[in-house]
Amino acid sequence: MHLAYPAVLAVLLFCTGLYGVLARRNAILVLMSVELMLNAVNLNLVAFDVWLRDTLHAGQALTLFTIAIAAAEIGIGLAIVLLVYRNRGSSDIDRLRDLAETTDAADGEPQPDTTAEAAA
Amino acid sequence: MTLAATGHGFLSPSGVEIAFVLVGIATLGAALLTVTTRQLVHAALWLVVALGGIAVEYLLLTAEFIAWVQVLIYVGSVVVLLLFGLMLTKAPIGRSPDADSGNRWAALTVALAAAAALVWVVVDAFRATWIDLDRAVQGSTEVIGRSLFQYWVLPFEALSVLLLAALVGAIVLSRRTGEGRAAAAALDNGAAPAPAPREEQR
Amino acid sequence: MTLTTTAVLVPLLPFLGAVAGLLLGRRAPGFVRPLAVLPTLAAAVLTVVVAVGQGTGPATDVATELTPTGSIPIDLSLHLDGFAVLIAVLVGTVATCVQLYSTGYLRHDPRYASYAALVSLFTSAMLLVVYTGDLMVLLVGWEVMGICSYFLVGHYWETEAARAASLKAFLVTKLGDVPFLFGIFALATDAGTFRITGILGSVADGGLHHPTLVALLLLAGVAGKSAQFPLHTWLPDAMAGPTPVSALIHAATMVAAGVYVVARLLPVFAASAAALVVLAVMAAITMVGSGLAALAQDDIKRVLAYSTVGQLGYMLGALAVGDRGAAVFHLISHGAFKALLFLGAGVIIHAAGTNSLAAMSRMSGLARRIPDAYWTMTVALLALAAIPPFAGFFSKEAVLGAAEHAATGAAHGIPGAAGWTVLVSGLLTALLTAAYAMRLWLRVFRGKGAEAPDHGRQPVVMNAVLWVLFLPTAALGLAAPLLPRWFDGRSLAPTLTTSVLGTGVALVGGLVTYAAWRHTSALAARTPIGAVVADPDAGPEAAEETAIATHAPVYGDNAGAADPADPGRLLLGPLQPHAAVGFHLDALYTALFVRPVRAAATLVRFLDGAVVDTYVRAAGAAPRLLGAAVRRAQTGNVQTYLGALLAGSLLLAVAAVLVATGTGA
Repeated sequence: MHLAYPAVLAVLLFCTGLYGVLARRNAILVLMSVELMLNAVNLNLVAFDVWLRDTLHAGQALTLFTIAIAAAEIGIGLAIVLLVYRNRGSSDIDRLRDLAETTDAADGEPQPDTTAEAAA
Repeated sequence: MTLAATGHGFLSPSGVEIAFVLVGIATLGAALLTVTTRQLVHAALWLVVALGGIAVEYLLLTAEFIAWVQVLIYVGSVVVLLLFGLMLTKAPIGRSPDADSGNRWAALTVALAAAAALVWVVVDAFRATWIDLDRAVQGSTEVIGRSLFQYWVLPFEALSVLLLAALVGAIVLSRRTGEGRAAAAALDNGAAPAPAPREEQR
Repeated sequence: MTLTTTAVLVPLLPFLGAVAGLLLGRRAPGFVRPLAVLPTLAAAVLTVVVAVGQGTGPATDVATELTPTGSIPIDLSLHLDGFAVLIAVLVGTVATCVQLYSTGYLRHDPRYASYAALVSLFTSAMLLVVYTGDLMVLLVGWEVMGICSYFLVGHYWETEAARAASLKAFLVTKLGDVPFLFGIFALATDAGTFRITGILGSVADGGLHHPTLVALLLLAGVAGKSAQFPLHTWLPDAMAGPTPVSALIHAATMVAAGVYVVARLLPVFAASAAALVVLAVMAAITMVGSGLAALAQDDIKRVLAYSTVGQLGYMLGALAVGDRGAAVFHLISHGAFKALLFLGAGVIIHAAGTNSLAAMSRMSGLARRIPDAYWTMTVALLALAAIPPFAGFFSKEAVLGAAEHAATGAAHGIPGAAGWTVLVSGLLTALLTAAYAMRLWLRVFRGKGAEAPDHGRQPVVMNAVLWVLFLPTAALGLAAPLLPRWFDGRSLAPTLTTSVLGTGVALVGGLVTYAAWRHTSALAARTPIGAVVADPDAGPEAAEETAIATHAPVYGDNAGAADPADPGRLLLGPLQPHAAVGFHLDALYTALFVRPVRAAATLVRFLDGAVVDTYVRAAGAAPRLLGAAVRRAQTGNVQTYLGALLAGSLLLAVAAVLVATGTGA
């Protein structure tokens, strides 16, 4: 079998997950997209392991680890999403904007600067 | 090995290749539906299809153990977890018009550009590479188990510690802190993610 | 004590007194007077001891090098000869007199402590200049004197005139000091040493490469310090300082420092005939111009100031004809009688409550109120006018004799033109000097009108000082036969020709002025002018400060007054308004220097405000705009951030691949 088939499939799956991460609004859907990306990587690992016939089977062992870590990630991630939902009543990612530059700060901050300069 | 691939062309595919491509198309379609559907629960179900398809691809690549682990953990528990999550956050059943956020077009651009670049690089690099599937089986349970407990014992144990930490973390995060709300409710919420890691251990 | 130790103590004592006075002035007011008077008095006594010890023997030279300073060594050295020790005696005596006088004159002044300390510091610096044998150390004393003069002229800094005068004095003297410094450097580079003896030895060996250049550079500094044309304009204005300061600094000592330096370095000047001619012309212009200006002044102290400028011109004239004995003789006698004149003027200003001659001439009985000042000033004015047998006669005749000597070609190496210039201008100045001395005396002591206000008796210490200074004023002429042994050995006795000529023109000047006064004094009663603003019971320093501050508002000018009863007005005719303002030299300087500098400052200010600040403001505004733009990107949406991040890394990856495969490069 050509290596190009699994490799290209992995690439396309990865980019699909990428789109999902960037475009989805619900945090749980974002997590699903992350799972897709992880699976694309796993597919690559298995394909290259089979192609290279590694005696240590590093690729497949790593795939197993990745699966375990992904599971842990989904557990923690869901717990965080739950917490956010409980605190805010929503799990929409684009509404969690506490780190944004607020408008009043934008208006208030330069004020002392201009006065200081005018004085100087 | 690469030299051995010279005899194989893309225009005369083998049976395994045909099966791989067909399953791959199905998987990709399911994945696309997962990230585009407006019904949240459907997204989870399409995810099941996609993950199952990947498990089949593992089988076609002769990695049978990985394939079964994939089915067990992903299809069996992760998706269930996601469904629990959807329900606990009171996700709407049916079509929700605002499933996608405002920067969908930017995301599409980035994703397509990334796909184009990566496909170009991968095809450019591996178009002549051939995987010889007819030799000794690579991913049988015996082979993987031997390798895992012979060479990879230490990372394996470290991973169990990580899972334990994730378990504790999930409980702590999802417990209702402070007020004396019903401990049962806390247990209820905390229990949801908790079984998953334990399940994954084997 | 050896001669050297004594000589070192002379500048040191007033210096320590000044330091102690500055430190203790506020905390222990009781010590201020002793600290001001005693070190100066001790220094004066020690100068006499040094003079006796040095005697007429060969010059004493002691030097010690503190530390190597590079190419040309700087030594702490003493050079004691007849000139130095006698001038030191003069400085010590006048300084002591001034300190004593100040205890009476400024007894109520709140700033007396710092004033006295500065006078002590000034005395110390002047004694250092006189005794040192090293040009660099001399420059140190020279500059310390300059800064003391600045502070003391500005003593009444509440009045506008004093502030302006102190700045003007400082700037103008500094203008001369810069070329002076270069002159010293040039001299030391040629001679390889800063020691005066070494330099003179080098000059004698012909080691001086640019004598004219060096002499002219030094002359600039001398003109600034000794108030010679064209840098003399600060001295009349400096009269805004307290009278004792005028007596000490601006009559007897500091202004004489320039003369003294030229006397010490006379061989350098004598090496260049051009420099001597320049010196002679400068002295001549100064003498005649100041004589005319003195005749037109209304402020009594400004009359004396212009008179000082003129007498310094005599001294430099004597040096221009190569006779430093005559110059230093005139320096000493002039120091004595000019100090007396100034101190007497202080008494008069206090008694009359004004410094305006116009106001005094409408006041009768001033002479009766202050008999001590009347008699001593009369004699001092006679000395100033060079009437025998007072000190001024002998010293001025020595100068005129030396000029005649040079004019007839009898002096070796001196251009005859210099001699003639000095002789003619000297005689003309003798006429003018007698005229303005007579005018001063008549207007102050022969006024007609209301009775002078009664301030009671003047402080005893002030009158006593007048009599102390009266002695050398009256009798220094007797020393004329003794002095040549201390100096270069050339005779200082008056010659018949110049004596007759000089005394003759002086008498003519006096008599003409008297006649003019008889003619004009009748007008005085008809034209009421002048006002006495000072509080009759105020202390002398307060009276003087008020007089200085009110002269311009009352008469429209600091210098002159439009008084038809002024005999000077009749004598000068159309020249009078020009002479009153010092022949418009200040206006010329304003047009030549002050206005361009102000315009340049305005331009610089405009450039700074309009051009430089624009860049500064832009440097601030550009980052702020940039910040505002960047802030728009901070939406708080994690997906946007992630998208941008991935797009960027994608671009980087593609670029890296292109570079690695060589297709893009």
